[in-house]
Amino acid sequence: METALAIVSGSMVAGGIYLLLSQNLVRILFGLIMLSNAVNLVIFTAGGLTHTKPALIEVGRSVPGTAVANALPQALILTAIVIGFALLVFMFVLFYRSYESLGTIDTRQMTKSAPEKPHATDTTTARQEAGS
Amino acid sequence: MKEHPAHDPSTIYWPGRLSALLPLLLFIGAAFQVPEIQKNGALAMAFDWVPSLNVRFDVVLDGLSLLFVLIITGIGFLVTIYADAYLAGHRQINRFFVYLQSFLLSMVGLVLSNNLILLFVFWELTTLFSFLLIGFQNESATARDSARQALLVTGGGGLLLLVGILLIGDVTGTYAISELQGHTERLHRDARYLPILICLLAGAFTKSAQFPFHFWLPNAMAAPTPVSAFLHSATMVKAGIYLLARLHPIMGGTTAWMTTLVVVGAVTALWGAVVAMAKTDLKSVLAHTTIMALGIMTMFLGGRTTPALTAAITFLLVHALYKSSLFMVVGSIDHQTGTRELAEIGGIGRRMPFTAAAALMAALSMAGFPLFLGFIGKEIMYKGALTEDVFPGLATTAALLSNALMAAVAATVALRPFWGRETPKALTAREAPWAIWFGPLVVGAIGLGFGLIPDWVSRWLVEPAVRAFHATGEDITLKLFYGFNYPLLLSVITMTLGAVFYLARQWLRRTLVRFLTAVPMTMEKVYDGGVKATLAIAKWQTRRLQNGSLFQYLTVIIGTTVIGVGGALLHAGTIRVGWSGPPVPVWLGLLLVCMLVGIGIVVRTRSRLLAICGLGVIGTGMAVIFLTYGAPDVGLTQLLVETLTLIFAAIVLLRLPPIERHHRPGFSRMALSLLVAVGSGALVTGLMMAVQHTEVDRTITAFYEQASYLKAHGRNIVNVILVDFRSLDTLGEIIVVAASALSALALIRGKRSSS
Repeated sequence: METALAIVSGSMVAGGIYLLLSQNLVRILFGLIMLSNAVNLVIFTAGGLTHTKPALIEVGRSVPGTAVANALPQALILTAIVIGFALLVFMFVLFYRSYESLGTIDTRQMTKSAPEKPHATDTTTARQEAGS
Repeated sequence: MKEHPAHDPSTIYWPGRLSALLPLLLFIGAAFQVPEIQKNGALAMAFDWVPSLNVRFDVVLDGLSLLFVLIITGIGFLVTIYADAYLAGHRQINRFFVYLQSFLLSMVGLVLSNNLILLFVFWELTTLFSFLLIGFQNESATARDSARQALLVTGGGGLLLLVGILLIGDVTGTYAISELQGHTERLHRDARYLPILICLLAGAFTKSAQFPFHFWLPNAMAAPTPVSAFLHSATMVKAGIYLLARLHPIMGGTTAWMTTLVVVGAVTALWGAVVAMAKTDLKSVLAHTTIMALGIMTMFLGGRTTPALTAAITFLLVHALYKSSLFMVVGSIDHQTGTRELAEIGGIGRRMPFTAAAALMAALSMAGFPLFLGFIGKEIMYKGALTEDVFPGLATTAALLSNALMAAVAATVALRPFWGRETPKALTAREAPWAIWFGPLVVGAIGLGFGLIPDWVSRWLVEPAVRAFHATGEDITLKLFYGFNYPLLLSVITMTLGAVFYLARQWLRRTLVRFLTAVPMTMEKVYDGGVKATLAIAKWQTRRLQNGSLFQYLTVIIGTTVIGVGGALLHAGTIRVGWSGPPVPVWLGLLLVCMLVGIGIVVRTRSRLLAICGLGVIGTGMAVIFLTYGAPDVGLTQLLVETLTLIFAAIVLLRLPPIERHHRPGFSRMALSLLVAVGSGALVTGLMMAVQHTEVDRTITAFYEQASYLKAHGRNIVNVILVDFRSLDTLGEIIVVAASALSALALIRGKRSSS
């Protein structure tokens, strides 16, 4: 099973990286989602899959009776899933905003760090407003 | 008159004026220590600073340090008063005094340090503040370039100095200067002696403007004149001399030390003297005579006899006095007439009597006239030169020629402008305010006064300073008159030659200018070339590496990771191909195939909706795997987050243009992407293959299993880890979520306000 999961997570990484290398923001976004899933799967598998009982302590006992699943990677992945989600949401908004102000989702055309000159005055006034 | 813009009434002057108290108090404090030091040798104070690195804040005040402290603070005080009047009305005058006094304190720290690392820290601080001082007129490109040049040259030497210091620490096991004297033998015999010497000398030579690193000093004259008077007479450039004297008992006395110092010093002295003769800008003339003086001091520190070392220290004092005075005089001329060109100034002595008196005294000391301290300095210099161990002939010749040229320069600089014919510029000149002539007059008078009481000067100042780095039973007394001997004869020759040079100065200057323009290669050109080449390389590599292409960045980063980690993995040979672990149930196998198909769809499809479906398959598949292998909490979270992610993705993607319209990349780029992607996938698979053959270390898990109920009273171990044992991590996680939500909100709101 571990070997099968190794192949699946390797394929997810390969697919994610390939999408990251495309120059389209939407595909980059897909790549990020896939990569964060792949990393979680890697951590989970590395923790060992021998024991399939959930890491719970039965009522009446103070320690788990039989061997249970490894709780440590699970705790790590839970954190990772939530943080990954938070960052993805931020990415969504960021990409959406950059499309709005630059009018493209092609990263090759997103080279300008500042808007064209006619817009420059707008940003200055915006900054002044923000400052005041 | 660029240096002094119109008076600005809004400038507040008292901070600058008040800062003169700092050097004054330090000077008084140091002066009170003179009898103590003369009697007992040294005062010490220390506390731990970085004990793990064997660095102590360890200060020692001995004769040598004391002489330097007195020179630094005494001249620092007069220069502060001078600068307050000289820069009056400058809008950044208070900033100037911050730089000046910080520099002064760094210098004092430098000469007091008894720990080489501490010394290096102060050394670098002087470099830093001198950079700020030289570049004080920051509107001028010349000032900026000169400041950068001084910083690069002295800073570069400083780095080598650090290497030398670390090597000394490596050889001897200590950084304390006072302890190092016991390790002299070991240092001299060590194979690393020569590298250490080269590094230390590189530091000292760059700082003290020795040939071939001398070029930054004249350029540093872009600084306001008070800075030149302070940095280039008494302090900055003397730091290298101080270091040489300090290291003399530790590193000195070898053939390599003596040969290098005497030859480099002699060449520097002659070069400085010759160029000084050829210049017509008064400040530039003084700058080159400073180079000459530094060369002389280096040359004498190359010796190991008592007269040679006494000569170095005496001349140090002589030079600090007359040079600071002359710099201030030149600044005063510039201030009152608006020019520093020799030809344009003449006969202003009657209009500026105090300045003229100061100039006269300083110049007579510089020329080495009897009754002045300069004369005594010159006598002992010849005595020292004749006793040098290596090249006494070269040393004597260099000293003789330099002194003769210096006498001629002194006459040119100090006599001509004041007592020659009156030039048009001179007619409008008036005496400067008292604060401007006070400093040079005082220092000049000290030069004369000290010359009259040489035994007093040698007893309280020179002798303790020399004995601090040169243990000898010999008598160190300066006298006004040693009797008829070789030094006196040489003095007479010097005076005669000086007079000849002065009378022939027009011809001499023309010849020298012709000679200097004929020199094809100067160190300054080498420096300029080096700077240009560095900038060109930097530009080229930035253009290559930072070209703004996301594709290139990712390819390089991921490719490097794949090659580096994959190479190490292959090298270790821990990958074993083959199935392991529990067998795969059929239904789970089907699920994995579905996930692989999902990956393929996401990668291949040009339809956004199909891609979202593919991602859904992958995410749900993950949730099922989590549920199957004993992680119900993770599985549920995964399912929830996956659903939310896809909803958000759908919302956002509908507002972005479809991928179908996106133009496909070329074949080579596609191939490269494929290669990098497959490589990274293979790396991850390979890593996991390697991992599955190692025993899972469950020590930490075992702790949590044991403690979960007994200590935290929770039956769900995963939850207990998150909310109890690692609750701080969870708090961090919540902060990340909140920060990302707030940032997203700000982005959306920002859009609204700007539209």
